[in-house]
Amino acid sequence: MEFELTDEQEALRKVVRDFAQAEIAPYAEAWDRDHIFPVDTVRKMGELGLFGLPFPEEYGGGGAGLTTLCVAIEELARVDQSMAITVEAGVGLGANPIYTFGREDQRQRWLPDLCAGRALGAFGLTEPDAGSDAGATRTRAELDTSAGEWIINGEKAFITNSGTPITSIVTITAVTGTSGGRPEISAIVVPAGTPGFEVQPPYRKMGWHASDTHGLTFTDCRVPADHLLGEQGRGFAQFLAILDEGRIAIAALALGVIECCLAECQRYAKERIAFGRAIGTNQAVAFKVADLAVMAACARSLVYQAARLRDAGRPFKKEAAMAKLYATEAAVTATREATQIFGGYGFIDETLVARQYRDSKILEIGEGTSEIQRLVISRELGLPVT
Amino acid sequence: MNIVVCVKQIPDPAEPGSLDPGTKTLKRATKLILDESDSYGVEMALQLADAAGGGEVTLVSMAPNNEVSGLRTALAMGAAKAILISDPALAGSDALGTAKVLAAAIKRVEGADLILTATESSDGYTGTVPEQLAELLDLPSVTFAKHIEVSDGVVKVQRQTEAGYDDVECPLPAVVSVTAGVVEPRYPSFKGIMAAKSKPVDQLTIADLGIDPSQVGWAGAGQEIVSVEQAPARESGEIFEDDGTGAEKIVAFLENLKVI
Ligand SMILES: Cc1cc2nc3c(=O)[nH]c(=O)nc-3n(C[C@H](O)[C@H](O)[C@H](O)COP(=O)(O)OP(=O)(O)OC[C@H]3O[C@@H](n4cnc5c(N)ncnc54)[C@H](O)[C@@H]3O)c2cc1C
Repeated sequence: MEFELTDEQEALRKVVRDFAQAEIAPYAEAWDRDHIFPVDTVRKMGELGLFGLPFPEEYGGGGAGLTTLCVAIEELARVDQSMAITVEAGVGLGANPIYTFGREDQRQRWLPDLCAGRALGAFGLTEPDAGSDAGATRTRAELDTSAGEWIINGEKAFITNSGTPITSIVTITAVTGTSGGRPEISAIVVPAGTPGFEVQPPYRKMGWHASDTHGLTFTDCRVPADHLLGEQGRGFAQFLAILDEGRIAIAALALGVIECCLAECQRYAKERIAFGRAIGTNQAVAFKVADLAVMAACARSLVYQAARLRDAGRPFKKEAAMAKLYATEAAVTATREATQIFGGYGFIDETLVARQYRDSKILEIGEGTSEIQRLVISRELGLPVT
Repeated sequence: MNIVVCVKQIPDPAEPGSLDPGTKTLKRATKLILDESDSYGVEMALQLADAAGGGEVTLVSMAPNNEVSGLRTALAMGAAKAILISDPALAGSDALGTAKVLAAAIKRVEGADLILTATESSDGYTGTVPEQLAELLDLPSVTFAKHIEVSDGVVKVQRQTEAGYDDVECPLPAVVSVTAGVVEPRYPSFKGIMAAKSKPVDQLTIADLGIDPSQVGWAGAGQEIVSVEQAPARESGEIFEDDGTGAEKIVAFLENLKVI
């Protein structure tokens, strides 16, 4: 049985699908080719309400849950991963920490613009020498008590949405002291344009060319003391909680990718003629398409199961890791097989499945690598893994 | 300004539709969606109400099985409320039967200044309902609007023609059909979708409208679909080999078609 979505979730799916077809699909190839972050399209997604979906209406949000967000991200990813990740990161990494850990005044100050898509937030956790091992964070923030300011020094790597023309804040993690001999990590909000905060030139990436990714440097960067987000010393626990939710959304993105491959290959296997007959008459091709359908079904079950648990306030850590692990690995397999079905055209940049293939590899890396997901699942299973 | 927009809910063109072999009409038991042709009228109405500084947009739709999905889309775009007429006796209604029902429903909307329709529906495509509606309501009818302006009780319409447009004016209230593609229908926002959930949809039967079953449906239809045929496949074109006179041949061909 399909997961029953509400009428409103189905209505949103249709709107996002229509929007993606009309406003994204015709341009995605050019954005990919020319590495353009389409800020007008991002604003339009904001007008649809996509950036505020899971947040309460009092901050300009949609008052929906993670399930509804997953529906929107899934639909976007069928057409373009860059726009899907822009929404996923904007909501999951930009706005969600502010909503989940922010004081009321911080929510009031930053959330309405983030929810409306007038502004984008980013989350700076990864550093050149601290990714999976985020506890190895070296960026430091010292409190200058006389000035009432944090002084931040350090570097962040690979931060999504951090350098767009509408980026308003980056929430970073930094060492703010030690407790019991271990570094104490806290989260601090750094507004774009703060002196001493520099956005490095964009990376040359393998994919996600229309998504914005930069390294960030902080040199005696000062922000007011009240920009501390959540409790001092709780930064590590906080981002782990944020990542659990983000993983479900990334899994929804991967699901959209698999569905895209399935639809494209179903069509192409019937259209493409070789040896005088459609390539889909060969079992070697048809069975690949059958496998794509199975992958889509499995990913869909895992994604919406995890999203539902989360929305119902039940534990979902293991389910989120399982959804992310399975769906992203399946997306890489699906795009590779779809590329194979498309033959030479599959290797040409302007073919949709070619772009999906290049774009997919990062899904197994960002917001926790596949290995880290296996680690989380193993621990949830009570295994003595270190 | 209060505006009524007639909207049709049709089978999703993205899903392959099928004909009922007995009645030779489209099967409508599936989930229906807002006819894209009508989204232009809805958008036009919302813009006109905005420009007038207020007023309500009311939707009127006749559909089987109390179908509201398409109405919810238009309500999510910003229409205030809807009237839905659904009645088993309406199955088989022709264009005139439909116009009678819509006219009776529109009469229930108090203070309607303007009635908008599409020029034709995407599924039935008779293109006659707007004019029949105007006649039944005893109102002026303006067709193929590409631009509409309202001031001082007068509607000014740019009526699309093959060569350009005519400027047409008439007093309100009036029935105006809106050409597809002349405005960009807004996407419903998520907030709009949620708000649409609680907007009123007045569900009526023909008895509520005081219409006799013999006037509508199969019983009242003055039109019968005798047969439905596949459109003939397009004939293959003419191929000219360029032996140095290619350009002349093309010119001669186009002249023959009287396009140059
Ligand atoms: C396009 C892009 C966007 C990104 N966006 C953001 C963002 O917005 N914010 C942010 O903070 N980060 C972001 N990242 C960073 C991303 O989350 C990290 O790259 C990722 O977490 C992996 O960290 P790393 O690169 O340091 O790899 P490492 O941690 O060095 O890992 C290298 C390899 O070792 C494996 N490994 C490491 N530890 C273990 C272990 N204990 N057991 C088994 N295997 C292990 C890993 O799985 C991996 O295969 C982004 C990255 C990219 C490329």
